[in-house]
Amino acid sequence: MKKPQKPREVETTGHEWDGIEELNNPLPRWWLWTFYATIVWGIGYSIAYPAWPMLTGATQGLTGWTARSEVARDIASFDAANAEIKTRLIDADLTQVAQQPDLMAFAENAGAAVFRTNCATCHGAGAAGVVDKGYPNLLDDDWLWGGDIETIAATVRHGIRNNDDPDARYSEMPRFGVDELLDQTQIDAVVEHVLAISGQDHDAALAATGATVFVENCVACHGQNAEGNRDLGAPRLSDAIWLYGGSREAIAHSVTYARFGVMPPWSKRLGEEEIRAVALYVHSRGGGE
Amino acid sequence: MSDNTALYAAREPVFPRRVKGNFRTLKWWLMGVTLAIYYVTPWLRWDRGANLPDQAVLVDLTTRRFFFFMIEIWPHEFYFVAGLLIMAGLGLFLFTSALGRVWCGYACPQTVWTDLFILVERWIEGDRNARVRLHRQAWNGEKIAKRAVKWSVWLLIGLFTGGAWVFYFADAPTLAASLVQGTAPAVAYATIGVLTATTFLFGGFFREQICIYACPWPRIQAAMMDEDTITIGYRDWRGEPRGKVHDAGAGDCIDCMACVNVCPMGIDIRDGQQMACITCGLCIDACNDVMAKIDRPLNLIGYLALTDETEERAARPPKPLVRHILRPRTLLYSTLWAGIGAALIVAIFLRSDLEVDVSPVRNPTFVTLSDGTVRNAYDLRLRNKTGEDRAFQITARTDHPLRATIEGNDGFFVMVPADATLTQRVYVEAPPGSPAALAAQSELRLWIEDPQGRDRVAKDTLFNGRGIE
Repeated sequence: MKKPQKPREVETTGHEWDGIEELNNPLPRWWLWTFYATIVWGIGYSIAYPAWPMLTGATQGLTGWTARSEVARDIASFDAANAEIKTRLIDADLTQVAQQPDLMAFAENAGAAVFRTNCATCHGAGAAGVVDKGYPNLLDDDWLWGGDIETIAATVRHGIRNNDDPDARYSEMPRFGVDELLDQTQIDAVVEHVLAISGQDHDAALAATGATVFVENCVACHGQNAEGNRDLGAPRLSDAIWLYGGSREAIAHSVTYARFGVMPPWSKRLGEEEIRAVALYVHSRGGGE
Repeated sequence: MSDNTALYAAREPVFPRRVKGNFRTLKWWLMGVTLAIYYVTPWLRWDRGANLPDQAVLVDLTTRRFFFFMIEIWPHEFYFVAGLLIMAGLGLFLFTSALGRVWCGYACPQTVWTDLFILVERWIEGDRNARVRLHRQAWNGEKIAKRAVKWSVWLLIGLFTGGAWVFYFADAPTLAASLVQGTAPAVAYATIGVLTATTFLFGGFFREQICIYACPWPRIQAAMMDEDTITIGYRDWRGEPRGKVHDAGAGDCIDCMACVNVCPMGIDIRDGQQMACITCGLCIDACNDVMAKIDRPLNLIGYLALTDETEERAARPPKPLVRHILRPRTLLYSTLWAGIGAALIVAIFLRSDLEVDVSPVRNPTFVTLSDGTVRNAYDLRLRNKTGEDRAFQITARTDHPLRATIEGNDGFFVMVPADATLTQRVYVEAPPGSPAALAAQSELRLWIEDPQGRDRVAKDTLFNGRGIE
């Protein structure tokens, strides 16, 4: 008869502190080899890929991989994938693009990217311009030079009042005050008239005088009924939208010093497909005609 | 440390002997059921109409949909999956606190596939003794042939295991055909390759090493178990001292090593409950077989809790099983589990086929038009979860006169394609000088309605005006 069995003894490492012994439950050897394998892998990896910092730069790695070249490759592959639809966009009749959902989707997405990169600086990320500071809001139904798709594309292509593109739209408002074309009473009167036709609080007597001043000096560009003139980029003065502010002070400033808003010709920086895309994007933001 | 103490040791091969008994039968059934579920599920069909896949269970990564019979989960409804995962976790807690490592012993894929691999091994190389002999003998024609056949079958099982996995992510018949023709996506072949290798290695060679060294779950389980947890134990007060059958004064254990020889983990349960034991119950079958033969009471090795041991040693009747299982802890786990399950079921039924999110465009908050009209823009995200294209009518209702228009569409109707999300910009306009145009903000309710009256969703948002009194 055997003695009662004791549970299997576990080997100790021989370390003992105050009667507490360190048991040795050996790890499997494959575990150790796995650990060595990761070290070997790590060495190989750091040879194959850029890894070790040097005095200038870092080791290049045998595979020649760089994050930059990977991005370049991605961009090239996207360009190749988009080549066909870009050609379609360049060849398309802009007024008909909306009938082709895939082309329109491409144009709106590409246009949004172009807009945020190039246009948002002045017109704002939401295309709402800068109120009263002369950067037009592109979301409303009021267009200085025209709001149909072809006109918007032409405006983007050539810009406004710049000297870089001979086809840029150009016009210049006289500085009625600074150049003493009108005296101060005439200016005050015409300002009241403009306040009156745009439906704001005004001095009726002064406004009546101002009407005469307006006919003599302003209708040539702004029109008989102050309806504006898109050929000249002359804003409509009878509506609720003001490029430089519609207050008495702001209008007086506009008359006295004139305004001269400038936009660069984007054909010098953007490709034709980008110009068309951003024009379609702007046109689709709610104000397009 | 003494010089001959090694911190690393080679794996000691385990050659589990064949055993018959209740637990073995249960395990065969469970193996059959779990493997069948795994291999067959992707091939079940479920008709969802023309626009949706007809695979009953499908994780569609390209369109980001999860199909489970009549349920379709979209990415934003991932909380269903999260809820199921929490339930799975709580279920494990519940089973572990009540029955110990019952998951490990019966249902864990590592256990099931290892069991299957050992079955194959036994068919080809024979039972324990033959396998030990084969293991020890030098490489000759017989050993090479047996090993080659065994590894080939293992590889084949691995291939089908990995092969079945990819079918959960694509239409199974189509993918199966393209896999055979060599035209399937590279990721499918890579996945099959990796899973074939892991199945082959884990089921064939690593086996108990995965449970002991790689799996974190056994370590966590210790926190779920207590003195009432039913686990597998050796009744040493009955078995010791070990001796021959007819030795006077000897215990019931005749030291036949049956329990050790059948153990897939290669341990001796008579050393007591230990880290490596997955409570698969095979030692119980083996021991009962012997006890029956030598005409001793069964269950020298059996399911018992720590408290049972105390009672039995004192020759008192142990607690009934139900009192082991029904404890505050298990009741708490069950309540949480059932609560989450009930919440998910309610959520499934409360889901609408149409979901709408409204995000007001805030840059700019409003646009003034030439005539003084104030216009707000809203981006509506419409999710049509049905398998058919549907039209919806969009209207704005407020205390104030407002007009809703849809960009790109005449009228107020918008078409949302089947099983798709449509982002639609909606403009709402307040006439010049109207209260909504002048107020800083007014409340606005957008109604999105199916003209056939099946779905109707209201979304409250705000209309921004010029903010001048």
